[in-house]
Amino acid sequence: MPATLLEQVKTSTGRALRSEEMIINMGPQHPSTHGVLRLELVVDGEIVVDVIPHIGYLHRCFEKHSEAMTNYQQVIPYCDRMDYLASMNMDWAYALAVEKLLAIKVPDRVEYIRVIMGELQRIASHLIALGTYGLDVGAFTPFLFMFRDRERILDLFEMTCGARLLYNYIWVGGLSHDIPPGFIDKAKAFCKYFRPNIKECNDLLTYNEIFIKRTANVGILPKDVAIDYACSGPMLRGSGVDFDLRRDDPYSIYDKFDWKPQIGTGEVGTVGDCWDRYMVRVREMEQSLNIIEQALDMIPEGEIASAIPKRIRPNPGEVYVRSESPRGEIGFYVVSDGSGTPYRVKARAPAFVNLAVAPEICRGYMIADVVAIVGSVDIVLGEVDR
Amino acid sequence: MEHLIRYIIDNDILVYAVMALIPLFLWVLPYALFAVWMERKVSAHMQDRLGPMRVGGWHGWAQTLADILKLIQKEDIVPTAADKKLHMLAPFVVFIGSYAAFATIPFSSAYIGSNLNLGLFYIIAVSSLVVVGILMAGWSSNNKWSLFGAMRSAAQIVSYEIPTVLALLAVVMIAGTLNLQDINTMQGGWFWNWFIFKKFPFIFIAFGIYFVASLAETNRTPFDIPEAESELVAGYHTEYSGMKFALFFLAEYANMFAVSAIGSTVFLGGWNSPFGNFLGGPIWGVFWFLSKGMFFVFVQMWLRWTLPRMRVDQLMYISWKVLTPWAFVCVLAVGAWMMM
Repeated sequence: MPATLLEQVKTSTGRALRSEEMIINMGPQHPSTHGVLRLELVVDGEIVVDVIPHIGYLHRCFEKHSEAMTNYQQVIPYCDRMDYLASMNMDWAYALAVEKLLAIKVPDRVEYIRVIMGELQRIASHLIALGTYGLDVGAFTPFLFMFRDRERILDLFEMTCGARLLYNYIWVGGLSHDIPPGFIDKAKAFCKYFRPNIKECNDLLTYNEIFIKRTANVGILPKDVAIDYACSGPMLRGSGVDFDLRRDDPYSIYDKFDWKPQIGTGEVGTVGDCWDRYMVRVREMEQSLNIIEQALDMIPEGEIASAIPKRIRPNPGEVYVRSESPRGEIGFYVVSDGSGTPYRVKARAPAFVNLAVAPEICRGYMIADVVAIVGSVDIVLGEVDR
Repeated sequence: MEHLIRYIIDNDILVYAVMALIPLFLWVLPYALFAVWMERKVSAHMQDRLGPMRVGGWHGWAQTLADILKLIQKEDIVPTAADKKLHMLAPFVVFIGSYAAFATIPFSSAYIGSNLNLGLFYIIAVSSLVVVGILMAGWSSNNKWSLFGAMRSAAQIVSYEIPTVLALLAVVMIAGTLNLQDINTMQGGWFWNWFIFKKFPFIFIAFGIYFVASLAETNRTPFDIPEAESELVAGYHTEYSGMKFALFFLAEYANMFAVSAIGSTVFLGGWNSPFGNFLGGPIWGVFWFLSKGMFFVFVQMWLRWTLPRMRVDQLMYISWKVLTPWAFVCVLAVGAWMMM
């Protein structure tokens, strides 16, 4: 027998395998790791003994790049590329941080447009999360239905700023463009069109018996574990923690609207299972529609940029500003040394933090469940790796 | 040599060979071409898409032909670490397994490949060959994902054969024969003579069990666990390319029709017209047989594009704790009914 076969096989964390265990490598090229995530699965037959995530395949040195820009505004296109499914929210979070550093307030109209864009983006992002989640458990059709609806949102974005994925729309101190004429009517028409489609999605996927069997009581994330791992967004709310930054650390004008954060209820299984995290997203889409409809009615006339110089030079200092992206708490820590470039930009990426808890909740389930659990975390690798 | 040729001619072996190829060229290949196109169209229309629209003009009818031409041109890749002989043999075994089932399926009262007395038994036996091919493919690919797919597939197909056979057995008890042509003849006349309406509701339930179990046997959604795209990439045929992959594909579609055909033959009157002598006779028999079969092929597609996939333990649960006991109930009830 060759010597190599006699050597003890070890996982990348150094744990020696028992004889009935096997390592299989899921990703970085795998249909359901949502990008270039690599999961090292230690399996005993179909049962998953351990999961070791390997990240960094999409690392682009975003934070270091930001220090090399000649202007604070130039960081924004890089923010777009962080969570590329929720670019608006990324831009917005960064703009909020720099505005706090500058201690400026943006005009009312800007706030309203930002809320509308941010919530439309949240719906678009959740649609992808839900659609790809359907794919993960084997339902192909809901995915295309959701893409069809997302397309409408992208049309609205395209009409506003010309881009469909990476917008560079929300700038420090304002916006790149005002909303075009006719936008409000089209956005209202979208809200009217989209509401029944949520029901369609529930009929087709959410309450499907097989779907419930696959997701209820799978990957249960208890409340305390979710808090210990600093989970945020639908991941945290799915576990029944009533925490939403839009309400609990209000930024922009979210306190003006009538809406409610959604939490997991354990309707078909246990609180904090995959189905709950999925359902929180479905219900959040409805709440986002409520916010959008109110904002569209209340939007005032006015300027779309505050009076700031082309080249911003904030006073030396540091800020951390957090906001609620579709995936959770996106925070930007920005340090200024008084020059025209940020001294340091650090992003607290929600998907990165949420992913950390995935191995914890995958153990003991089957390979098919790992796919369901990782899907329910809703990671975007652009943001995990930055 | 001369002896051999004389032997072949004297024993009509050529005739048998040609007879055996009739279903392949007249039906299985055109059907597979059509079914792949149909699957694309069905899925597309269910998903608010158009599907292939360009190749060949009318609604992309030639798309599958173009795909086959592409697959023929493709390089045939065999992984370095693969068991080359098994790897090469596997797709053929799978295809032979699913094609051989067509031998005893009666296409009409005038055409059946081989009118065996044990027709139904033969089909059940020969279609088990598919498992061997799938295991060969998964093992020889030397890929952990392929092996997973193959092991799942073996477990699944073997488990689901039991409810399938029991459900068919319920009908065989009434018919008193395993000869499919005889089973068909018994169901002549109007549609209430079909076996599915006999001994109501037990055969009806048996048909349901048969259909669900046959979905699992052909690895179709919601039981497409062996090739679960989002888990195992492509399961046992991950490492196959070109025409070998196409053979797996062809076998899957052939199998889809085979199980639908058996279901319609045994339960739904096969080539019999549903309305007495309306459009009866051997020629129209082919039409009725094919349309019943194609209807269930369509239902399989419909399910595939609607339902999510089960998990492997749930799949086993359904087979052993739901379908098998109910199939036993049907067999026992039909037996008791006949004794009364």
